Amino acid sequence: MSATAGGNAPATGKFDRLWPLVALVTAVVLFALIMSLAPAVLQRRATQGLINLTAVVGLYVFAGNSGLLSFGNVAFMAVGAYVSALLTMKTAAKSVFLPDLPAVIASAEWPTFAGALAGGFAAGLVALIVGWPLMRLSGVAASIATFAILVVAYVVFGNWTAVTGGQNSLMGLPAYVGLWTALGWAVAAIVIAFVYQETRSALLLRASREDEAAAQASGVDVVLHRLIAFVISAFLSGIAGVLLAHFLGIVRVENFYLDLTFLIVAMLIIGGRGSLTGAVTGALVIAVLTEALRQSEIGIQVGKTVIAAPPGLGDVILALIMLLIILFRPNGIAGGREIRWPFGKRQWSEAK
Amino acid sequence: MERFVQTLVDAVSLGSLYALTALGIGLIFGVMRLINFAHGELITISAYALLALFGLPVPVMLFGGILTAVVLALLTERAAFRPLRSADPTTLLISSFAVSFFLQKLLILVVGSRLKGLDLLPELNRQTEFLGVRLQMLQIVTIAISAVLLVGLTWFLKATRLGLHMRAAAEDFRMARVLGVRANNVIATAFALSGVLAAAVSCLIVVQTGTVQPRMGVQLVIIAFVGTVIGGLGSLPGAALGGFLVGAASIMLQALLPPDLRAFREAFVFIAVALILLFRPQGLIPARGLKERI
Repeated sequence: MSATAGGNAPATGKFDRLWPLVALVTAVVLFALIMSLAPAVLQRRATQGLINLTAVVGLYVFAGNSGLLSFGNVAFMAVGAYVSALLTMKTAAKSVFLPDLPAVIASAEWPTFAGALAGGFAAGLVALIVGWPLMRLSGVAASIATFAILVVAYVVFGNWTAVTGGQNSLMGLPAYVGLWTALGWAVAAIVIAFVYQETRSALLLRASREDEAAAQASGVDVVLHRLIAFVISAFLSGIAGVLLAHFLGIVRVENFYLDLTFLIVAMLIIGGRGSLTGAVTGALVIAVLTEALRQSEIGIQVGKTVIAAPPGLGDVILALIMLLIILFRPNGIAGGREIRWPFGKRQWSEAK
Repeated sequence: MERFVQTLVDAVSLGSLYALTALGIGLIFGVMRLINFAHGELITISAYALLALFGLPVPVMLFGGILTAVVLALLTERAAFRPLRSADPTTLLISSFAVSFFLQKLLILVVGSRLKGLDLLPELNRQTEFLGVRLQMLQIVTIAISAVLLVGLTWFLKATRLGLHMRAAAEDFRMARVLGVRANNVIATAFALSGVLAAAVSCLIVVQTGTVQPRMGVQLVIIAFVGTVIGGLGSLPGAALGGFLVGAASIMLQALLPPDLRAFREAFVFIAVALILLFRPQGLIPARGLKERI
């Protein structure tokens, strides 16, 4: 892991320290501003891209700082989505679609922002409960065990018909998420992730990422700090789930399973799992790339014939890129580093 | 009484299936510290090989299925895992995740994502009278094949030179290499064996469900993963035991839970898993030599 070791070396001045945050927020805001000029279809894709970005940043908070990949974050997205959907849906709609709903939920009609926060906190709470046994597992076993969270969420949401509608989709929730709402939350996620990774707890966690045994020997409570990261990560994933639900206006359990997990993980890996810059880069690069591939599946008209890529090619290419990245540039596009102020003194201490 | 025996046989037969899957994963983890997601695709693509060869004599089909899984296992090892042999386990895990999705998406691109029927050895789905209880032939066959493979694998590991090398490599890979174990041979053998196990699981699943679809392997493998974790990652008896327990527990719950809770049986199984891990985070049969020596 020595290649990622320089990623978060202490920067000298206050400005240097804050620069990655400024740069990333600026990049995301610029992306949204440019997209706001685009046609409506493209704007919707950009909104989805920003929602994915929030999810990737959420996954990064745990995976990047602890060094363990989580396959369970999409389950937290599902928790956020269902909680917010149920709290904000019109009571009339609920009495039609979900007649067996418990009275407390059936009568709730929360404002959307409160619903979103509730979704995030519910996801965090679930992470706290399930993370407690799972984070005690050593290294890669913990990462595998997070798969169990995904499966359990899928089974529960898919079968708890009285509350979630089961295999039927949950419909009629306010579709209030547009480009600006998604942008607001994406920026908030970046800020939260950045502030977290500057804390002592995150620093200790990264120490355990580099060398678990040495960190433990130095008195780092690895389980505690992993759990903290896991809960924050789940909160942000929950928010991403809320956004996705209220963007689509529909919650389907199938949308929160393996395909979304693959997409979010691929984005983080391709961007670089060792830094926030990597997470944001991955989400933006893949958003643009998938849109280009989608266009190629629709086809390009050349003369009278339409040349189109076969449907599904996009997924194959995404998987292939991820494989090539992990083989030839295992720390992703960003190489495990945060973006640096390009005009200042070079900090050679970072180059190991 | 009869219902009890039937449930028991159900539990043992599904447990054996998961045990075989978990063993295939555990074998690779032992020598490489790689958690092989792509094991699911070995199972899936082997099933599609059976589909492609349908109509030929059954032994030819089975041979084709096994050959496909073994060749694919060796190919993935050569292309995606050998270059990363010195990488950390998380990088290996990501690599296998990428391989798994690449194969799955490629399969969907080529054959489509629809379920396809494959009526392999339908006579195995018949009921038979066995010790006074009506049972499905298939379940007995599943248990028998699992037992044979388990005994065969144990014999291979304990009684052959290559098996000895493999156990040595699982215990301390670097030391084994220093003492003259050929890493490439050992790892290739492990992959080939996991291919054979995957093909066996694939055949049994196809006979049982009568269908093939691109996601069939993934579903099995996720549950088998959890089995290897509760068994004790890196320990082969642990993998077999963990896989067996997860499979058997889900059948038992199916039988014991009230009907409106049955749909949630996986959730109950995994909650049980979490409870086991609270008390034994290192797994039921902890592996030796897994903890890094300092």
